[in-house]
Amino acid sequence: MTADTLSDALSAPPARTTVHKVTGRRVLRSEWAKFWSLRSSWITLGVALVLLVAFGAIASATYSPDAVGTDGPPGPGSGGTSDAVSLALTGVTFASLAVGVLGVLLAAGEYSTGMIRSTLAAVPRRLPVLWAKSAVIGPVALVLTGVAALAAFQLGTLGLDGEKIALSIGDDGVLRSLAGAGVYLGLVAVFGVALGMLLRSSAGAIAALVGILLILPGLASLLPDSLYDSINPYFPGNAGSAVYALHQSSDALSPGAGLAVFAGWVALTLAGAAYRLVRSDA
Amino acid sequence: MIEARELTKRYGDKTVVDHLSFSVKPGEVTGFLGPNGAGKSTTMRMIIGLDSPTGGSVTVNGRSYAKHAAPLHEIGSLLEAKSVHPGRTAFNHLMALAHTHGIARRRVDEVIELAGLTSVAGKRVGAFSLGMGQRLGIASALLADPAIVMLDEPVNGLDPEGVLWVRNLLRGLADEGRAVMLSSHLMSETALIADHLVIIGRGRLLADTTVDDFTREAGGGGVKVATTEATKLRSLLAGPDVTIVSSSAEELLVSGRDAREIGAIAARHGVPLYELTAQSVSLEEAFMALTQDSVEYQSAPADTVRKAA
Repeated sequence: MTADTLSDALSAPPARTTVHKVTGRRVLRSEWAKFWSLRSSWITLGVALVLLVAFGAIASATYSPDAVGTDGPPGPGSGGTSDAVSLALTGVTFASLAVGVLGVLLAAGEYSTGMIRSTLAAVPRRLPVLWAKSAVIGPVALVLTGVAALAAFQLGTLGLDGEKIALSIGDDGVLRSLAGAGVYLGLVAVFGVALGMLLRSSAGAIAALVGILLILPGLASLLPDSLYDSINPYFPGNAGSAVYALHQSSDALSPGAGLAVFAGWVALTLAGAAYRLVRSDA
Repeated sequence: MIEARELTKRYGDKTVVDHLSFSVKPGEVTGFLGPNGAGKSTTMRMIIGLDSPTGGSVTVNGRSYAKHAAPLHEIGSLLEAKSVHPGRTAFNHLMALAHTHGIARRRVDEVIELAGLTSVAGKRVGAFSLGMGQRLGIASALLADPAIVMLDEPVNGLDPEGVLWVRNLLRGLADEGRAVMLSSHLMSETALIADHLVIIGRGRLLADTTVDDFTREAGGGGVKVATTEATKLRSLLAGPDVTIVSSSAEELLVSGRDAREIGAIAARHGVPLYELTAQSVSLEEAFMALTQDSVEYQSAPADTVRKAA
């Protein structure tokens, strides 16, 4: 009797909790939960949205036709003249830093806190973690910043009421530009994840992000003019701003080409991150 | 079951783990011992695939860790206690891990309760004490109800009540038929929990033994006897395997006979004893002697430095 109970106890599998295989969908679910359970995600995302809406609304509200060409946003998208869309999207540059940092924190934050050990112990194949992080933050940033861009534009139309540059949402290219801003910012967030996974340090990855998006084009202006003119549109930041420009300026790529080039940069960085994630010790 | 075969890890020209072979069997608690820097943590990181071996291999239930479809179900581990994002609550941390294996929320609540974290489950981990962090680490190790439990220095930072809890928990897990592996640099603590011992120094295997054998070998410290008739007792106790040394006129240190025998002989011959004590070498001393040897054996230069200092 006692022996039976004992052998029963020994032969019974110790596990009774239902456990399932690790799948891409489950890893995605985990990364989704991880993203929303950090206060820093909410704050950074909130900052990005506020910057986007506030800068756009303020730029539109303070617009005066006399000052054309001086208070337009920087970058080839503006082409030296203001339009209602580029005014509404004044905040994209700042928002891009915020969503980029968001991506960096999601990835490099795991390394700086040691969380990566728990993560990779649960998903030892590793790559699904990188894909899932990208798949969570890309669409989240895309949708929310797209909506914020739309809000910035609608708020801006109030400020531009009666001005000759005023546009409405139904005008040619307006919706495409606003959506383009969302797509660009979604890709920037993924770019941040890739940089964070590649460099494994928040500070390093944020520095790289700022350097690549904002400083690199400035540095390149030191190159000889002919060379500069031909490579300038292909820099990540410049290709990215072509995605959401209403009017394609002469020295910039078309929105489609800009999107392809920027997505290419992001894919390249992701590939580097994937390589390091798989090949080196965590 | 964990099986390491000729496991080796080098960082540049520094060999941290050196052709290490051992196994951790189900139903037993295996203590993984070595001084700080012996390569314990690196070995454990290789077991769950965080570091890849330079040579040799290690398998978990017959396969390399990453090849398992539900790895947390095979082996649950606590490496460093701070393998957690401090901004997340204990519950959310466990839930995030649970999602990867489709583990229900009910089980998360269960391990939180098991680890005694119910009252702080909603608090952010950054505010946890070292002991609470350890409990959270143990909770996440048990999350998927694993066949093997591997804990790196689990009692670090725990209060006496917590140490006792870990001891009973691990005993219980082994009795359920699971394999339990825990690392420590404290021999006396480990001897209380473990059945089997794997002792390493400088990344090399020094001993693969049971706690009982180790204790028996370490226990040969002799018996201290104090008597007013030392000379008489000395001749009474003499025998082929017996050695007797005296530290003073009235004290003898006898090895080869146990205290019971000595007492009986003395009583039979009317020799008055006023002390009769078995002298056990502490496990800690035996452990230190073992690991110290390996250090001396392998690195004369380091030893010279120490002597000079």
